[in-house]
Amino acid sequence: MWAWLHRLGSPKRFYGWSGALARWAGWGSLLLGVAGLYYALFASPPDYQQGESVRIMYVHVPAAWLSMFIYMNIAFASLISLVWRMKVADMFAAASAPIGAWFTFLALVTGSLWGKPMWGTWWIWDARLTSELILLFLYLGYIGLLSAIEERDTAARAAAVLALVGVVNIPIIHYSVEWWSTLHQGATVTKFEKPSIAWTMLRPLLLMALASTLFYIMVALRLARAELLRREADSTWVRELIDGHQGGGNR
Amino acid sequence: MSLARAWGALLRRDVMLALRQRGQLANPLLFFVMVVALFPLGMNPDPVLLRSIAPGVIWVGALLAAMLALESMFRSDFDDGALEQMLLTPYPLPLLVLAKVTAHWLVTGVPLLLVAPLLALLLNLEGEAVVILLASLALGTPLLSLIGAIGVALTVGLRRGGVLLSLLVLPLYVPVLIFAAGAVGNAQAGMAVTGQLAFLGALLALAVALAPLATAAALRISLD
Repeated sequence: MWAWLHRLGSPKRFYGWSGALARWAGWGSLLLGVAGLYYALFASPPDYQQGESVRIMYVHVPAAWLSMFIYMNIAFASLISLVWRMKVADMFAAASAPIGAWFTFLALVTGSLWGKPMWGTWWIWDARLTSELILLFLYLGYIGLLSAIEERDTAARAAAVLALVGVVNIPIIHYSVEWWSTLHQGATVTKFEKPSIAWTMLRPLLLMALASTLFYIMVALRLARAELLRREADSTWVRELIDGHQGGGNR
Repeated sequence: MSLARAWGALLRRDVMLALRQRGQLANPLLFFVMVVALFPLGMNPDPVLLRSIAPGVIWVGALLAAMLALESMFRSDFDDGALEQMLLTPYPLPLLVLAKVTAHWLVTGVPLLLVAPLLALLLNLEGEAVVILLASLALGTPLLSLIGAIGVALTVGLRRGGVLLSLLVLPLYVPVLIFAAGAVGNAQAGMAVTGQLAFLGALLALAVALAPLATAAALRISLD
C-alpha cells in the first residue's frame, strides 16, 4: 500500500495521472456549475425573509467551505511532505494557497454584499466574519513566506511548518473569537432562526459546492503540474516528454 | 556537560549578551510607552473613554513592542554561526530553543511588565484592573515570545524578514490579545476574570510544550 502510494506520488507518475484527473475535474466543474447556477438563479424560490439576496448564498457558502477545506488540504499535504519528503505534496500545497486565499476573499466579499441588505451594514465584527478574516491573514502569511525564500525546497518546507502551526491555531483562534464576540455584543443580528433548508434551495447549494470543489482540484493540479515541470526541467522524463511533444508536432 | 548545566549556561549567556546592549533593549520599551501615549493625543483625553479603551490599547502596544523585539532573538547567533554550532551539539534542540526563548522573555517581556503600571496610570486604569493587567502580562508575554520564536526561526535566513515576520506572527497572537484584554476589561467591570486567565495559562502550557518543537524544526530548515 505504502509502496503503491509512493509510486503514485513520484513526479513522473503524478504528471501522468494528474492531467487526466484535472481534465475530468474541469469538465465536471463546468457541468455541475452550469446546472447549479440554473437552479440557483432561476429554479429556486426567493427566501421568505431574505428575498432575492438569498441567491448570494449559493456562491458564498461554497466559497466559505472551500476556504477552510483548502487550508486543511494544505496542512495535510504539508504533513506528508515533511514526513515523507514527497515533492509532489509540496507543490500541491503551494498551488492550493492562492486559490484558498481567493476563495476566502470571495467569501468575505459576498458575505459583505449579502450583509448590506440583510444587516444594513457592510461589515460587523461577528465571530464567523472575524475568523474568516484571520484565515485570510494566515493564507497571506503562508503565501508571503513561500515567495520570500528563493530556494524552492527550503521555501516549501518552511511554509509546511507554518501551515502546521496555523492548523493547530485555527481552532484556538476560532473559539477565542467566538467567545470574544459573544462577550462584546449580543448575538441578535447574526443569529436569526435557521429554518431547515428546503430541497429546492439545498439542491443548488450542493451543486455549487461540488462544482467549486472540482474547480479547486482542477486549478490546483494544473498549477502543481506547471511547477513540477519547472522544477524537474532537467530530469530525463521531462526531456522525453518535451521531445515526444515536438516529435508529434512535426509529423 | 549535563543537559541541565548546558541549559543554564545558554540562558545565562543570552541574558548577559542582551544586557551588554542596553540600548537595543530599551528601544521596544520606549516604543511601547510612546504608542500608548499617542492614543490619548489621537482621541479625546476624556478619562472615561481612556479607561474603556485602556486594556486594548495597552495590550496592542505590548503586542507590537514584543514583535519589534522578536527579530533579535536568533539574529546575531545566526550571523556569527553560533546557531549552527547549537544545532551540532548533542543536546536536544527544542530544549536549547526553550532556553533562548526564556532568556529573550527575561530581557524583553519582563521590562514590559515593569512599565505597564505606569501606562495604566496614564490611561486612568485603577485598582484591581492594574493587578489583573500585570497578571495577564505575566501569562501573556511568554506566550508572545514562544509563538514569535516560530516566526523568527522561519524568517531568520531572509535579509528583509521584518514585515513578513509580522504577517506570520500577528494572526497567531489574536487569541492572546482577546483573552488578555478581555481579562482586564472584565476586571474593570467588576466581573470574574478567572476564565480568561485560566485560558491564558492553558495556552501558555500548550505553547511551552509545542512551540519549541516547531521552532527547532523551523531552525533546521532555515539553516539547511
